[in-house]
Amino acid sequence: MSSSVLISGATIADGTSSDILVVDGLIAKVGKVSDKTDRVIDATGLLALPGLIDLHTHLREPGFEQSETVLTGSQAAAKGGFTTVFPMANTSPVADNASVVELEQSRGIEAGYVQVQPIGAVTAGLLGTHLADLRGMADSRARVRVFSDDGKCVHDPLVMRRALEYVLAFDGVIAQHAQEPRLTEQAQMNEGEIASRLGLAGWPAIAEETIIARDVLIAESVGAALHVCHLSTAGSVDIVRWAKARGIRVTAEVTPHHLLLTEDLAVSYDARYKVNPPLRRQEDVLAVRAGLADGTIDIVATDHAPHPSEDKECEWDVAAFGMVGLESALSIVQQTMVESGQLSWADVVRVMSSMPARIGRLPWSGLAAGAPASITLVDPTARSVFSVDHLAGKSQNSPYFGRELPGRVVHTMFNGYLTVENGQLVDAETVASAARLRVAAGLVRGLNEERHDG
Amino acid sequence: MIPHLISTRDLSREQAIALLDISADMAESGARENKKLPALRGKTIVNLFYEDSTRTRISFEVAEKRLSADVINFSAKGSSVAKGESFKDTIVTLREMGVDGVVIRHPSSGAPHLLAERDWIDVPVINAGDGTHEHPTQALLDAYTLRAKRWGDSARSKGLDGLRVVIVGDILHSRVARSNIWLLHTLGATVTVVAPPTLLPPGLSEWPVSVSYDLDAVLAQPCDAVMMLRVQSERMRAAYFPNAHEYSAGWGLTLERFHRLSPDVMILHPGPMNRGFEISSAAADATQSLVLDQVANGVFVRMAVLYSVLTGTEVMS
Repeated sequence: MSSSVLISGATIADGTSSDILVVDGLIAKVGKVSDKTDRVIDATGLLALPGLIDLHTHLREPGFEQSETVLTGSQAAAKGGFTTVFPMANTSPVADNASVVELEQSRGIEAGYVQVQPIGAVTAGLLGTHLADLRGMADSRARVRVFSDDGKCVHDPLVMRRALEYVLAFDGVIAQHAQEPRLTEQAQMNEGEIASRLGLAGWPAIAEETIIARDVLIAESVGAALHVCHLSTAGSVDIVRWAKARGIRVTAEVTPHHLLLTEDLAVSYDARYKVNPPLRRQEDVLAVRAGLADGTIDIVATDHAPHPSEDKECEWDVAAFGMVGLESALSIVQQTMVESGQLSWADVVRVMSSMPARIGRLPWSGLAAGAPASITLVDPTARSVFSVDHLAGKSQNSPYFGRELPGRVVHTMFNGYLTVENGQLVDAETVASAARLRVAAGLVRGLNEERHDG
Repeated sequence: MIPHLISTRDLSREQAIALLDISADMAESGARENKKLPALRGKTIVNLFYEDSTRTRISFEVAEKRLSADVINFSAKGSSVAKGESFKDTIVTLREMGVDGVVIRHPSSGAPHLLAERDWIDVPVINAGDGTHEHPTQALLDAYTLRAKRWGDSARSKGLDGLRVVIVGDILHSRVARSNIWLLHTLGATVTVVAPPTLLPPGLSEWPVSVSYDLDAVLAQPCDAVMMLRVQSERMRAAYFPNAHEYSAGWGLTLERFHRLSPDVMILHPGPMNRGFEISSAAADATQSLVLDQVANGVFVRMAVLYSVLTGTEVMS
């Protein structure tokens, strides 16, 4: 049974207007479409972006289901316009072997809101001493290519070197959480006058910068691919810029919150502003924006980090690090980068869809005939005061409540079916049924697929 | 009127002087045969101590009892906290029991701020020391002690204008230093901090202080008061300085430094003292040492703070 959808009159990121014909989960045509379809979505005034891809998400399943699950995190992603997320490996048990990454992937396929493309741990148990089953994960049905101990730094230089070398065997990339552990013992917020005044232990910029400087040199010496997670300081931007000019294979990401928020928010002792790496100075915010604009920083990644209220409604030094970010990411990028004139919408497609796919080693062809119909339809003229109603995940530790933000994800389409319609999540059963149809049609890889002998 | 006392940084000069003047009233009442005042009769105050403290807790308790308040002492040890109850749940429980004021000592910087700002409880909050943030009643009692010594009977309504105060020691981890820096500045004193570079907080250049690494050079200049801070031995283990001998030789108020000091320089220490380490016994026990005055004045200053925030008045009738 064939199904067809016409997205009519959408504005493409380059500014032109176009119809998009979707047939059986794939984009059939982009341009003027006069075919009769089962369904028409009027996209007049809406921007059609290729589905957003988040290279840095915490889905918390298995092990921390009180904070988030693959289903609820996928829903948060869809609400924010994402169609692919890369969940980090700091689950319990840790995603350091084929079984766990395949479990995460299967849960994602069953939920059906987004593609869940797991990240594997670099070291067994995130302990930083022995390499995890890197090849086992690479060869699993999940076909892992990005490895990270995120939440912890691979601080042992020998282990980092071995990891970078080892993944050359299957074109993998090591995504480093750059945090020198000795320089950040007990650290609570960005080091500086405000931390000193508040009596919160400082988290110096050099704790991030020394690791990045070390790692780009190791990556250069072994010819391997390094990805720098959530870069947050002006000095880090300089180091990555230098490394790229030198031809080192390094890519970098910045989070939406490091594009907008600054350390002074900590004066409230409100732990919703406690995050790793910490919020930095205004100079750092301006530097990471400039780095994203000139391509030194390749992508925006959310570091969506859900925590239950009891881990945030408490003393600052007791509270957990992290903030949710999937539902607000595009609005923050629009406010900080598009409205400031530093990025065009075509650039937004680059930093939130095509480059994340490239770094994550996923095929990507955007809004082209033959590509999977994963499309985000956005009303860039909308403005709203961010509230708990904007959230769709399980946790509510957002730093943006009460802020007026631009942009609204109106519809999110994943593999040809809607996961968000008129700003509301489509219910889980409808989405799961649609997902099962795509699996049956062979459009979704990963389920019931033989392990390949890579 | 101040609804809470969380930080000396929040106090205006007028508020600070008013508190010192009320402290003077309390000191006068303390000289009477019957020391007890009825001001807080019927009020229940909880002393919420999440961190070990002897002198501060007892000082508050004496102050509360002199004002006729009913006092509940809560120590984190042996309470529901030891069973894992959250800070918020503990506070909400106290709210439901109907306390009228909270005095809180907590190892987490900002805990008293949360208590004052959140809707967990709606009563006056007094910070009795939080983490490495502030210890405002200590700074007030230090200012009171300096003012009383400097101006004697004519101290009332005065600040500390022109006073030169040197603070020596672990500025980085000291809540006493922070509260003193803000309050001394507000009251018109000039402050010099002296410490090894590793024990000075980043961003100090933005604070209203002069900074030096050289205690001898600073003490060679005229000054009115030297405040020695307690240095904890764990700082040595964490490599902030090489060993106790080297610290003491560089930054301690040793016998030799004390003998070079002019006899009218006031010596303060918030206690408890590490004798022979940051301060020699000769200095601690000298006639120019105000260490015991600080303890005695602590009760009067805490009475003044309790009276002001719980009754909402600034000047006694």
